[in-house]
Amino acid sequence: MSFEVILGAWVATGLTLFILTFLYQDNPLFKLAEHLYVGISVGYAIVKTYDTVVIRLIYEPMVKQGDWWLLIPLAIGALMLTRYVPKAAWMSRIAFAFVVGVGSGLAIPRVISSYILKQIEDTVRPLAFLATDGSTTFTYSLLNPASNLNAIVLLIGVVSVLFYFFFSVEHTGPGKAVARTGIIFLMIAFGAAFGYTVMARMSLLIGRLTDLIEYAQPQYGRATWWLLAITIATLIVFHARRKGTEPPQ
Amino acid sequence: MTFLRRQLPLLITLVTGLLFAAQYYIPHPSSELMLTSVSKWLQIIGGFALILGVTSLFHIHAVKIRRKEPGWGYSFVLYAGMIGTIVIGLWHGGKETTDGVTTAFGWIYTFMMVPLQGTMFAILAFFIASAAYRSFRARSREAAVLLIAAIIVMMGRVPLGEHLIPISGDITQWILNVLNASVRRAILIGVSLGAVALSLKIIFGVERAYLGGGKE
Repeated sequence: MSFEVILGAWVATGLTLFILTFLYQDNPLFKLAEHLYVGISVGYAIVKTYDTVVIRLIYEPMVKQGDWWLLIPLAIGALMLTRYVPKAAWMSRIAFAFVVGVGSGLAIPRVISSYILKQIEDTVRPLAFLATDGSTTFTYSLLNPASNLNAIVLLIGVVSVLFYFFFSVEHTGPGKAVARTGIIFLMIAFGAAFGYTVMARMSLLIGRLTDLIEYAQPQYGRATWWLLAITIATLIVFHARRKGTEPPQ
Repeated sequence: MTFLRRQLPLLITLVTGLLFAAQYYIPHPSSELMLTSVSKWLQIIGGFALILGVTSLFHIHAVKIRRKEPGWGYSFVLYAGMIGTIVIGLWHGGKETTDGVTTAFGWIYTFMMVPLQGTMFAILAFFIASAAYRSFRARSREAAVLLIAAIIVMMGRVPLGEHLIPISGDITQWILNVLNASVRRAILIGVSLGAVALSLKIIFGVERAYLGGGKE
């Protein structure tokens, strides 16, 4: 195994353990890893942006293909930097106006088409389809994805939730029943989203623990065990030092 | 001068907004070319926005170091991480691998960024579980519904859950694909209507908060 991989295993194990120490309490090891994470992430974003924007979108089209129109977005972008010059800061408004104007213009027809009309169309579906042999497809089992009874459930859910958020009509009488149905649908969706998120995070945790177990193998120099011992010892030292400097109760 | 400071930005928003809203309804190659070009332009302008953000981060930590505020040493760690990654990344032309061999930039990504990011998000599982323990008491019928839905989905997402309750996988899929989808759809329709209304307000100059305050 190469030196780079073994060194990488030690670094990855150390950083993973440093972050996990936050489960005990906030401590200098966690803060160190946290600040390193921010620094590396920003550095990575800068390098990737340089490669994508400066090299591929500006340098290559302008120098190799002679696309000098790109001077316009460069000028607009440069206007953003005028925020650092108080007397010229108003010029940055021109850049923001361009970005916001283009974004708003692009959003209107696309949002109406994709997120409003298409969603309404998919909410109102027939209960049965014609199969290729001429028969109709229909099943009462809601758990069957092909069941078109689910179309009714979807319709009830969408209408009741929309009604719950519609405050121009007082939620009394039949309206109260519809709004309450909306609340039940919302609670189920929030519960499902919560359960889904927890399991996604658990999946990430399992991934990290798998790496820690792998890096505890002899070919990696038992990095996990050594670094775990060092981390615990460091935490004990920090705890003892802080206890010594704390004022008496 | 007031025209340049106040009216010109509003005019630019109006013209560009109407132009790109109309672009959607013009199926012509030059219209498509205009859309492709402006998408690249927005990416380029976004690069300048990154400069603003990074400069702000640099400034905040420089002030911390200069004033020797508590934890100022960590700002050096942040600087070291950022500058080190930039230098190594630019040295390798922003490439993680060259001819199938991992570069130093790729090494930073694989052995530093991925573990840090993964662990940072993984510890959220503990905090979510802790928050759930405190808040997930079935005090009302609605809270009970939320609790049951969460438990079913959690059971249905792991092999052990499906082993204990075989139908939990199917019910989870039904909850996610039908009940959850209906709520997401309703919220999406509501949010979209709001987005369209806000876009119209911006284009016609009713909403001006994006221009910021300061002198007229």
